[in-house]
Amino acid sequence: MNRPIRVMAIGCLLLFVALMLNVNYLQYISADELNARNDNRRVLVEEYSRERGPIVVAGEPIASSEPVDDEYEYLRTYEDPGMYSNLTGFYSFTFGSTDLENSQNGILSGSDPQLFVSRVVDLVSSDQPSGGSVELTIDPDAQQAAVDGFAALAEGSRGAAVALDPETGAVLAMVSTPPYNTNQLASHDFEEVDDFYQRLLESEASPLVDRSREERYAPGSTFKLVTAAAALSDEDLDLSPDSQIESGSALSFPDGGSYVLTNQSDDVCGAQEITFTQAVAASCNTAFGRLALAVGPEDLAEQAEAFGFGDNSYLDSLQVAPSQFTSGDPAELDSPETAQSGIGQFDVAATPLQMAMITATIANDGTVMRPFIVSQVRSPDAEVLDRTQPETLYDDAVSGDVAEDLSEMMVATVEDGTAASLAIDEVSVGGKTGTAQRGDDDNPYAWIVGMAPADDPQVAVAVFIEDAGGTARDDIAGGALAGPIAKAVMQAVINP
Amino acid sequence: MSAASPRAGAEDPRLVPRKRRGAELWLLLLATVVGVGAYIAVGLGFDGEIPTDTPRLAGGIVGMALIAHVAIRRLAPYADPVLLPIVVALNGLGLAMIHRIDLSLEADGSPVGPFAGNQLIWTALGVASFIAVLLVVRDHRRLQAFTYTFGFLALVLLLLPLIPGLGVNILGAQIWIRVGPFSFQPGEVAKICLVVFFAGYLVVKRDALALAGRRFLGIDLPRGRDLGPILVAWLLSLGVLVFQRDLGSSLLFFGLFLVMLYVATERPGWLVVGGLLFAAGAYFSFLTFSHVQARVDGWLDPFSNSEEYYQIIQAMYGMAYGGLLGRGLGQGDPSMTPFSYSDFILTSLGEELGLAGIMAILMMYALLVERGLRTALVCRDAFGKLIATGLAVSFALQVFVVAGGVTRLIPLTGLTTPFMSQGGSSMVANWAIAALLLRISDQTRRPAPEVRPLEADDATQVVKMR
Repeated sequence: MNRPIRVMAIGCLLLFVALMLNVNYLQYISADELNARNDNRRVLVEEYSRERGPIVVAGEPIASSEPVDDEYEYLRTYEDPGMYSNLTGFYSFTFGSTDLENSQNGILSGSDPQLFVSRVVDLVSSDQPSGGSVELTIDPDAQQAAVDGFAALAEGSRGAAVALDPETGAVLAMVSTPPYNTNQLASHDFEEVDDFYQRLLESEASPLVDRSREERYAPGSTFKLVTAAAALSDEDLDLSPDSQIESGSALSFPDGGSYVLTNQSDDVCGAQEITFTQAVAASCNTAFGRLALAVGPEDLAEQAEAFGFGDNSYLDSLQVAPSQFTSGDPAELDSPETAQSGIGQFDVAATPLQMAMITATIANDGTVMRPFIVSQVRSPDAEVLDRTQPETLYDDAVSGDVAEDLSEMMVATVEDGTAASLAIDEVSVGGKTGTAQRGDDDNPYAWIVGMAPADDPQVAVAVFIEDAGGTARDDIAGGALAGPIAKAVMQAVINP
Repeated sequence: MSAASPRAGAEDPRLVPRKRRGAELWLLLLATVVGVGAYIAVGLGFDGEIPTDTPRLAGGIVGMALIAHVAIRRLAPYADPVLLPIVVALNGLGLAMIHRIDLSLEADGSPVGPFAGNQLIWTALGVASFIAVLLVVRDHRRLQAFTYTFGFLALVLLLLPLIPGLGVNILGAQIWIRVGPFSFQPGEVAKICLVVFFAGYLVVKRDALALAGRRFLGIDLPRGRDLGPILVAWLLSLGVLVFQRDLGSSLLFFGLFLVMLYVATERPGWLVVGGLLFAAGAYFSFLTFSHVQARVDGWLDPFSNSEEYYQIIQAMYGMAYGGLLGRGLGQGDPSMTPFSYSDFILTSLGEELGLAGIMAILMMYALLVERGLRTALVCRDAFGKLIATGLAVSFALQVFVVAGGVTRLIPLTGLTTPFMSQGGSSMVANWAIAALLLRISDQTRRPAPEVRPLEADDATQVVKMR
């Protein structure tokens, strides 16, 4: 009987080998995959119970982990969600994380490879791994100025503001209104979180969307800066700010049937010929319609792309929607469409961030700097791990000369044109307004872009108002509504 | 042995009998360190302090181990020295883990538990049954006389849970009986009775069953008329499946019979026949029973229905969460898996002790099986060989079915993890099995009784009639 017993011994051995191989597969080979599954509560709870590093603005934490006495040990707490909800995003057990909480999770949670050394130390001392801190480029005064500006508008207003340092691309302010209460999503009362999240999703004001970068809107007349840049760069047209260009009270098209492009006001624009600077300052639709036709839709599209249109990857740590010149092939645009595109209507759609980048580029002699919002990250023991270096995104979106011409015309627009509301005493300010029509029933979008000081720019700003609550349709104009906000932001930066 | 020694098997040095009780004592000490150490680690991991009742528990575990050891010294001095330490180590680890799950269940305000206290009492009863078996069964060959008694007993034990009023249905399986406050799983004890019955029956019938029938594809297939017993065993295990809805035991009983039949007859043909019968039975039950289908679906693709297959998914997550070295005792979340203290205790251990720990535990089981089969190999009588093989293989099959089930190697079936799962009947029965194996190994390794060489004038031989 010994032979079959030996055979059985081998059989039993095989059974155990199979078991052992299988546990190796389960605990080693497929472990990462299983741990990454999004219904794996063990991993979620563990990550969720870690002490997360803070998000810091000007030395003050705007998001931090506070120890609490429950299963999850730490509660993510936001100092001022009304000011920063669009940047920090939220850190929820049920709904995961968004925005910086999401993109900086590696550093904040302590799992980033850069934190390897401190993790090894934690392992040896058997401490829970703790997270590093993320510091932002945000200037709290500028951010506050924008938030206050929106708060001063009518109840229920929606909009966004972005301020950039033109020289580096650092984001100085990035505001989206209405904000939402990130603390309510980070709460450990999951039922309440669930409830609140549903309300946010259903809210007509969609507060979860950051209007400054995740949505794009018709930029209206602020886009005339792009058309002007294309026209000035066009050697065949040979234009300067003082050149006389055609304007007039109406522009009709050979292939446009009865369609006629008109101006908001004919006080300046109604004349047959005006200077280029006057056309910018008074925001003459007819003059810019003609310029757009002269430049042609393809060159216009190219100029827009040179400023960053079509790109969605430039911001270091947050999602951005790519701005668009047209939804189809620019060469297909007929002349009324081209003229409308030239004044920022038809299919043109841009994020407030993109419009701020255009302004910053003009302020920075034509070079587009890559915008960034994380200035540096530190390990849990405050050692700097990484510091963001300013980086050129596109060289020569326009030449230095053209940038200077555009800047000069923007200053004229503030001194003697539609953007007068931007004027700051004893500082030379450049700007451009925009009022984008959207059909007959909807209120128009109000825009303004500005930079200061024009001779040595420290800040470029774009303010966008999607809806100014109850403000009457005819009262909505970029200069009047958005101007004071942009001015306050610029003042906060240049007069700290 | 030197050449000067006139008799004592100079040609066979293997047979030098050594008791090795000292080795057993040392291993036993290590085994109790495993159990008590695990208990302390649970306290440190969960509360950050050494449990205050550690000396009491340590005293209990060491005391029981020593009592079992002394019993072996007295009752089976030549028995295998490795078996008891393995059993004590596994039992101690199981106790610590059950205590650890208790802590979590208590913290969560769970209605079930605590289990560890009862488990300790059951362990004591297990040791008592261990000693009782060593005391009562002084020679395993005596058991052969009770072959059919054991067969009858097995049948009765298997049928008990089906008696209305006595049997209770827990989670769909009709395998428990309840007397007063105690519930008991008679199938665990039936397993031992069946092994003894199979061994006794096969020893007698092996020659008949070994008669070759037709030769097909190089394998001797048995004769048709010899198929009776295997068909009975097959129907019996199907009956367990149908009436008690106990997939694991059904598999175990049939596998056990098949292996013992093969060992008794030395005919691989029986394995073929049995394998075919098993396949047919498995396919039939897959088609017929929805609970079998659910088990198979949950095995093939548990993520297809994360609510229905929550348990196996949680078990896998637990194992993955444990990784190579584990979370540390008291520092994982094993109680997220339902029945983490009984059927799924291995994945709980995998989560907290990691791959390293689970490999060590599997290795201990493998060693247990190996010592059992080694005992069978050197055993001098066919009956003992069969019992030892049956008991060792039953451990192997049981561990394979339950560990393979909870780690998704094979479809999940309910079986207890020997010496570890929470549950009394399994504990008592497995300690009894350990005692039986030790009894056989003691018999085997013991020095042969003095045989006086025949004197020349004493040539008349007595033919001994049994």
